[in-house]
Amino acid sequence: MGFAVSQPYWLWAMIGGCLRLSEEALRRPVAPCANGRAVRVLCGGAGGGAMRAAVRAAWRIGTGVALRGRAGRPLSQAAGDGGGAEGGGGSGSREAVERLVREHPVVVFMKGSPAQPLCGFSNAVVQILRLHGVEDYRAHDVLQDPDLRQGIKNYSNWPTIPQVYLNGEFVGGCDILLQMHQNGDLVEELKKLGIRSALLDAEKDQEKK
Amino acid sequence: MKFICIRLGTHKSPRGAEVTQAEAEMEPPTAEELRLRLQERLQAEHVEVQDSPELCQGSFRVFVVSGIFRGLKTLQRHRLVNEALKEELSRIHALEQRTLTPEQWEEERGSLA
Repeated sequence: MGFAVSQPYWLWAMIGGCLRLSEEALRRPVAPCANGRAVRVLCGGAGGGAMRAAVRAAWRIGTGVALRGRAGRPLSQAAGDGGGAEGGGGSGSREAVERLVREHPVVVFMKGSPAQPLCGFSNAVVQILRLHGVEDYRAHDVLQDPDLRQGIKNYSNWPTIPQVYLNGEFVGGCDILLQMHQNGDLVEELKKLGIRSALLDAEKDQEKK
Repeated sequence: MKFICIRLGTHKSPRGAEVTQAEAEMEPPTAEELRLRLQERLQAEHVEVQDSPELCQGSFRVFVVSGIFRGLKTLQRHRLVNEALKEELSRIHALEQRTLTPEQWEEERGSLA
């Protein structure tokens, strides 16, 4: 089942919740996408009906579509231009990103939140940090901010999300963090930040037994 | 709670005509295409590319063995792979990588034997 929308982009949607469409969101002017090619949306699932209606309406209006989940929380802003989005002082600017990565010894840019990751790779990062007992860190949901999403990729010159920063320095994505966890490097890096990994205590308990 | 990844494919015009060249470029690359790209650009000894349709169309798992990785940390190796797939990356949704030097690979295979 498919139908057309005016801009190409990736959407994450939550099904099993109700998708309420805000009329005002549909009418909000959206920056036209550079190529403006028509694309087909493939979707399914319980929320499909509402989503299809949204996209059909957007097609008629001829603009992108913003979806809102429960409590009016924006799920994603469509038609964010993939190109620069690095306005001076905007949330995606170098300065803004620099401030975010230095905010805390451990900073993660992900899809969703630690309580509710919206991507398997982002979830893996959250789980690994949890294993090490790192619960106090800054997590930024790039799905809430397309400027930040593009800005963080420009800043680190790294094309994917999630991105992990330790002490302001880009460390890698999910698979690098997993490798660091497996070879013991993560415990070392956390130690340098003054964070004692919970796994060290778990080992100590093992030895005592 | 479930979540789905929705990928926008290409639109076929109302007349039912074929997909244009520009639209074809939106399609994700094949695993074979990536394998060849990596082999030539990284002078790789061994390359395996697996596409992971269970995650999302356009997601790939890549394993590369090359002398070019000698002396480089994991992040630098992964950056080399990203560089090698620069053009294809815009059509790839997700990429998982494993990179080894020929020596590391020998060691790994030796210990499994």
